[in-house]
Amino acid sequence: MGGRQFTRIGVVLLTVGMLAACGNSGGGGGGGSKSSSDAFTGRGPITLATGKDTSGNLQNQVNAWNKAHPSEKARIIELPEDADSQRQQMVQNAQTKSDAYTVLNLDVINTAEFAGNQWVLPIPKGKIDTSGFLPPALATATYFGKEYAVPWKTDGALLYYRSDLLKKAGISSPPKTWSEMQSDCTKVLKQPGTKGMSCYAGQFDKYEGLTCNFSEAVNSAGGEVINAQGKPDVDTPAAKKGLDFLVNGFKSGSIPKAAITYQEEPSRRAFQTNKLVFMRNWPYADALMKKEAASKVKGKFDVAPIPGLDGPGVSTLGGHNLAISAFAKNKASALDFVKYLTTQDAERKNLLATSEAPTIASLYDDQALVKKFPYLPILKQSVTKAKPRPQAVQYGDVTAAIEENAYDALQGKKTSDQALKDLQAKLQTLIK
Amino acid sequence: MSTGTAVAKRVTRRHDEGAGRLAAILVSPTMAVLGLVVLYPIIAALYTSLYQKNNGVNPKTGIVEQGDKFVGLQNYTAIFSGDTASTFWTAFGNTSFFTVVNVVIETAVGVAMALVMHRAFRGRGVVRASILVPWAIPTAVSALLWRWIFQPQGAANALFNSQVLWTADGTPAKVAVIIADTWKTAPFIGLLVLAGLQTIPNEVYEAAKVDGATGWTQLFRITLPLAKPALLVAVLFRILDTLRIFDLPYVLVGPHKDSVNTLSMLAFDEANNIRYGPAAAYSTVLFIYVAVVAFLFVKILGADVIGAARSQRKAAPKRNRAAGKPEAVAA
Repeated sequence: MGGRQFTRIGVVLLTVGMLAACGNSGGGGGGGSKSSSDAFTGRGPITLATGKDTSGNLQNQVNAWNKAHPSEKARIIELPEDADSQRQQMVQNAQTKSDAYTVLNLDVINTAEFAGNQWVLPIPKGKIDTSGFLPPALATATYFGKEYAVPWKTDGALLYYRSDLLKKAGISSPPKTWSEMQSDCTKVLKQPGTKGMSCYAGQFDKYEGLTCNFSEAVNSAGGEVINAQGKPDVDTPAAKKGLDFLVNGFKSGSIPKAAITYQEEPSRRAFQTNKLVFMRNWPYADALMKKEAASKVKGKFDVAPIPGLDGPGVSTLGGHNLAISAFAKNKASALDFVKYLTTQDAERKNLLATSEAPTIASLYDDQALVKKFPYLPILKQSVTKAKPRPQAVQYGDVTAAIEENAYDALQGKKTSDQALKDLQAKLQTLIK
Repeated sequence: MSTGTAVAKRVTRRHDEGAGRLAAILVSPTMAVLGLVVLYPIIAALYTSLYQKNNGVNPKTGIVEQGDKFVGLQNYTAIFSGDTASTFWTAFGNTSFFTVVNVVIETAVGVAMALVMHRAFRGRGVVRASILVPWAIPTAVSALLWRWIFQPQGAANALFNSQVLWTADGTPAKVAVIIADTWKTAPFIGLLVLAGLQTIPNEVYEAAKVDGATGWTQLFRITLPLAKPALLVAVLFRILDTLRIFDLPYVLVGPHKDSVNTLSMLAFDEANNIRYGPAAAYSTVLFIYVAVVAFLFVKILGADVIGAARSQRKAAPKRNRAAGKPEAVAA
């Protein structure tokens, strides 16, 4: 087995291959490595592998930790900015069984892959109080009944709408359903000065964002991608209604044709340059559209829960969790560090510095915070009702299948019936 | 006298043997490095392509099986069967399409650039330097720039006054990749052809002028034939490069889009999903395809890639014929 490992890694990382093979045979080979490291022991320096620390707040938090724990200093390892490369680096680190990364800042969609492969260890029961976390956020950190990570940041979709235009058209409150949104939009577009605007856009380019938008549409129509038993169940009339909302939007032009190329930022740019009446996006867009010089919608927009078929919609859950690498040293320090970053106080400070949504439920009702981030109560609604994306070890294949079929349906290459049928068949081969 | 010659002969022979041994010793570090960075990865990839990672998930704990299993040629047969076959052939078609179309366009543009750069005029240095700028920019960066240009509200649509969705899956995406690739790599061909042009002596043109040859005649009878060795090497490099095209379509248009999916992207996708066996199989298939194309190109067009070796061989007159007619040009 050692020789086999050697070759495989050799292809990926020629130079590290030798070391890895030694490490593997030394560890007794195969899956036996986990039992020896299950105990969270060892204290000393640790690292945190994470995406870019754009605000610099994480460094502040780490500095404070280092001051209080001079013998267990933490160091930030900044990974590339995009989520895919972050995952790749963490996977490579795990495959070489390297102890370079101690704490991993894992995207919620990667929990299953890392837990299933035993690259991260379950958090010992009772070590971290999980009662204060938002239940859906905690669910993203859970795999087969065990918590493999601690929720750190969460994310839910919001409906951004042009409050100024709605008011002008005599509409007092934002739409709760898709049909309300459609009729509101029709009224708005009859007003003068709305030439060239479209009703609605989300993120429909062929990437992870499409999986989020598709799942959201399906869930908001009462359908499911994966049912309560963990089985794919997407070839249903309810799911079709959800997908048809998007497909018909493209057909009728209420979703602009260009939206098929939109990721988060292009959709935000379209909204802030008066191209859209409604937009589905994450909370991060709020601060930028209020601040950015290029924004033409300052003070002209507001947020609401995303609409659905018969009432408020169901968001897809985003966010990040902190997990502890199975191959790391000083796991006891790591556990304390994770605890430190996920306390109410730490998350509060992080929210103030970065406007990233916290996972501690009580922060959403904190009046001082709500004053600063008026969208917090709405975000709480969005997040508490949100559904996670499928938890699968082969998540890359699952999301590729969803993207493939949703994209074909939106482009009109397939009917929505056919797309859902094909998707169901494909998901059944991937999730058993 | 006679002993003197004998000694001389022996000395010469010993000198020859010594030179051979010395050559072997001197070359061996290079061979060792080549073995390590070329031979070993190829063999390792072939070996890997015969294995698959166990991927069963324990239904109670959700834990994935460990280790790998030998699957023979299954990774290869999987490429050509089921719904992966159509993905493969689409990618194969795209790869071949990009190779033919891009290289033809790039060669035409590159040769034109070389002819311009070769002329003596004021500011020639500036023109040469500026033509090379695209080649100097990393592909991923230029792909991002082009992605910006090809946005729905980007410069391309503003320029043509069109509403084309360049980065959505479809024919426009192909065109976008061709445009960006030509922009980036035509200077490479231009540079190599320019080097070829500079070796053509002026006397040839003067003689042609005396004989009354027109500009076009000079271009097709003198310039291009004499620049052919350099041009063929440039084209060969571009063909090999384009057959493994990855970063430009991946960044400019995005992964999993049928219209620009290439063989390298398929291999990357498998590796990204931690299936190194199938990834190695895809890479091997691509490797064979590249090798065959390169072999045919050298055989048919006689690109003088290994000019030095060829000129040595020329000492042995019988070998010369096997190389075929381009020999005359290579000389």
